[in-house]
Amino acid sequence: MRYLPKSPADREAMLKAIGLRSVDELFAPIPAEYRLTRDLKIPRQMAESEIVDFFRQRSRENGEGYTSFLGAGAYFHYRPVIIDSLISRGEFLTAYTPYQAEISQGTLQSIFEFQTMICELTGMEVANASMYDGSTAAAEGVMMAVRLTGRRSVVVARSLHPEYREVLATYATHQGMPLSVAGFGGDGRLNLKELERSITPETACVLVQSPNFFGTIEDVAEIAEIAHKHGAMLVVSIAEVVSLGIVEPPREADIIAMEAQSFGVPLGFGGPYCGVIATREKYVRQMPGRLVGQTVDKQGRRGFVLTLATREQHIRREKATSNICTNQALVALMVNIFMTVYGKVGLKELAKQNLAKTAYAASQFAKHGKVLFSGTPRFNEFVVQTSEDPYAINSRLLGHKMVGGLPLKRFYPELGNAALWCCTELTTRSAIDTAVGLVAESERSVRTSSSSKEEDVEEVAR
Amino acid sequence: MKHETRKASLQVNQNEGLIFEKSSAGKAAWKLPPLDVPEVDTAALLGTSERKDLGNMPEVSEIEIIRHFTRMSTWNYAIDLGMYPLGSCTMKYNPRVNEAAARVEGIANGHPYQPEKISQGALHIIKTLSEQLIEITGMDAITLQPAAGAHGEMTGLLMVRAYHQSKGNARKKILIPDSAHGTNPATAAMVNYAVENLKSDSRGMVDIAALAAQMNEDVAALMLTNPNTLGVFEQDIHKIADILHAKGGLLYMDGANMNALVGKARPGDFGVDVMHLNLHKTFSTPHGGGGPGSGPVAIKKALEPFLPTPVVVTKSDGTLGFDYNRPLSVGRVRAFYGNFGMFVRALAYIQANGPDGLRQTTEDAVLNANYIRKGLEGTYDLPYSTPTMHEVVFSDKLQLKKGVRTMDIAKRLIDYGFHPYTTAFPLIVPGALMIEPTESESVEEMDLFIEAMKSIAEEVEEDPQTVLDAPHSTRVSRLDETTAARKPVLRWKPA
Repeated sequence: MRYLPKSPADREAMLKAIGLRSVDELFAPIPAEYRLTRDLKIPRQMAESEIVDFFRQRSRENGEGYTSFLGAGAYFHYRPVIIDSLISRGEFLTAYTPYQAEISQGTLQSIFEFQTMICELTGMEVANASMYDGSTAAAEGVMMAVRLTGRRSVVVARSLHPEYREVLATYATHQGMPLSVAGFGGDGRLNLKELERSITPETACVLVQSPNFFGTIEDVAEIAEIAHKHGAMLVVSIAEVVSLGIVEPPREADIIAMEAQSFGVPLGFGGPYCGVIATREKYVRQMPGRLVGQTVDKQGRRGFVLTLATREQHIRREKATSNICTNQALVALMVNIFMTVYGKVGLKELAKQNLAKTAYAASQFAKHGKVLFSGTPRFNEFVVQTSEDPYAINSRLLGHKMVGGLPLKRFYPELGNAALWCCTELTTRSAIDTAVGLVAESERSVRTSSSSKEEDVEEVAR
Repeated sequence: MKHETRKASLQVNQNEGLIFEKSSAGKAAWKLPPLDVPEVDTAALLGTSERKDLGNMPEVSEIEIIRHFTRMSTWNYAIDLGMYPLGSCTMKYNPRVNEAAARVEGIANGHPYQPEKISQGALHIIKTLSEQLIEITGMDAITLQPAAGAHGEMTGLLMVRAYHQSKGNARKKILIPDSAHGTNPATAAMVNYAVENLKSDSRGMVDIAALAAQMNEDVAALMLTNPNTLGVFEQDIHKIADILHAKGGLLYMDGANMNALVGKARPGDFGVDVMHLNLHKTFSTPHGGGGPGSGPVAIKKALEPFLPTPVVVTKSDGTLGFDYNRPLSVGRVRAFYGNFGMFVRALAYIQANGPDGLRQTTEDAVLNANYIRKGLEGTYDLPYSTPTMHEVVFSDKLQLKKGVRTMDIAKRLIDYGFHPYTTAFPLIVPGALMIEPTESESVEEMDLFIEAMKSIAEEVEEDPQTVLDAPHSTRVSRLDETTAARKPVLRWKPA
């Protein structure tokens, strides 16, 4: 086996040194009836070339070469080449959590920079070293608010990513945290009247997403005022962090729980991504996850360490703020490098391009379908309502190696034939024009022959 | 250094400030293509939501970024540099073909919501890895959704709770041995179970009499690490399972140490009902400085209805798809399907090994741990003489006489060119030195390690201060952690 650095003679010599005759003796502690005496039923050893071939084949079956208009919590942005060059360095890739600070300063300093940049971008005072992803960060953000307020119930915006809502429900169910959902209005934003009605003296926090699942920017200041008036905290989820280059961050929030995938992390069929929690300094001791702090060594030189560990499971066990141990460090490093590459000016220009592409696409779609929530500021996503079923439209687009917007029926049946479309800086005008043309064609065909359904429409999207 | 080390020599490395200290207006490492759609008036589009300023975000050039991160990288120790014997963490070689596989275009750029019709490659990977992990563990079904081991624990206990609930009583508590990882009790608390401690016997194993006495209809499950954190296989495993099952409880296995069993024994065969795996330990996906991990949860048939949604299924037309319609599911534990990129790496690892390679890997891991035990026995105190599997736990009892503790020895090991072992864990061994070499170490590397550990033991006798002040060869000496926690500085601010 090519990963094992021992010859048969080495093994013999080692056994001899230990005073054993055979390897079997090493496994004697396992009762004989539970020792496996056969080969595992898995394929034989493969050569590296065969492994690469296997995954290339899977890649070809996996949308390789398709142009996509999907967003909905996972965004296709350009990844600067140096991200992979740098994260491939073994010193980052093959290091453990930086518990031994003296030989982990590289990881520690880079996390300190990550925390700083997340603070700059969100307007918060402290940020942690990462959570699993945006959905679990949102759930942990809510649990943090529950601990801070001593209240237990939660109001969640229906315009929050539906899968984030599902994850929160899973986390909340057994912790005695009742959830209520506040709907959205005709402007695609959280319905503030409904929010007012949903908040009770037991409400620990309100959880909203901005830009929300429809790409619409919520009125965070107004929501914060309502929440705070009732003594509840505001947790804001951000799923598309590129928006932070041009959209005011939710500074009025008490806790921000974000998904930083857009900053240089590959789509990778849904993960690994990079959750982050940011908050006010006064709440830091209730924050979950690892934190890096600056300190000095015995000679007074600047250095960095993992700190405030008394919040964590390896110290506090069942009294910890969370059970999180492994986080998303290497992915956070990708995010860190991305933020450094684009920086103060680039992030703004990048966000502007996303805005421009989306504005153009929305205006083109509006000629043939109904673009919902158009009066409200949005970032890089929008909802298009059509006469034809979006699954059918997407089936047509697939034939042109295009993936249309995400049909919303599964999540928002009340929106009818609606789909969530996304444009980024990588979406070309010609792709937009082609997609719009195909949607227009679909719409015309539905209008002219609304009865004839001869086309075999597959369920091509979920 | 009193005793020369053959493992390492001092080398100059570069100083490097914080990126913010290198920033100045007008430098840039980015370039966007010209816009092919009309420019927009951002103020008109966004109104009061428009952001004007990005504060202190850096402005630097590409070469500066390359040097910045490369310089910082050289301050890290890594598996690629040498033995990284952190007990419980399984710091094994991270094969590079895994990385290449994860970066193939359709895999790296697949969108989680792309139609199933064009997701067959990813679904095939999920299904294949699931089947192989089921075979390796001897369980009946699996979810790959949890993002890390602790997340897997939570998912597993949610299924335990749902299972008991379906029988009419969710039960109240989880039994956890005193040798367990901190995540176990923290997880039980998150799932709203009370934690009851279970003491270990003189062999370092579950005390069967204590278990029998503590087991009753209030206990939902026992969370057991096997081999446990002493590197000891729980020889009474079936008695343990029987005691639990007799009172309707479930046996949860923390699979952090599954690397001692792969190809040699299967938890499903010895009474385990639920278990998680750490793909970043046993299945070689890189630790990356603290993540990402992946924590699949494998279960017995009786728990299958409770798996998180969605579940990958073969549809009537033979293609693969996601099944969301699972009314008894505990729900979702993460958006999308988990850390898919880690599935790719773990599958590539299993493929490279095959059944014989996986078995040899386990045998070598156990052989290595026993070789180190033999090499250091006598020099360091061995609190439990029970046979060692994949890791061995010593204590600092002998060195403590000179005022030297496990952390001091660990820091001195750095000067000898090694990453320290795990210190002060498991909690049942005061002053623990927990050493896990993994299968990735050659005889030569382990001999250097044993030599270094013996040399340090001599230093403790002759010149303890050298050990107490270690490390002496690093960029920074021991850092002031007390001040860091008392007056936290968690971000850079302009002067």
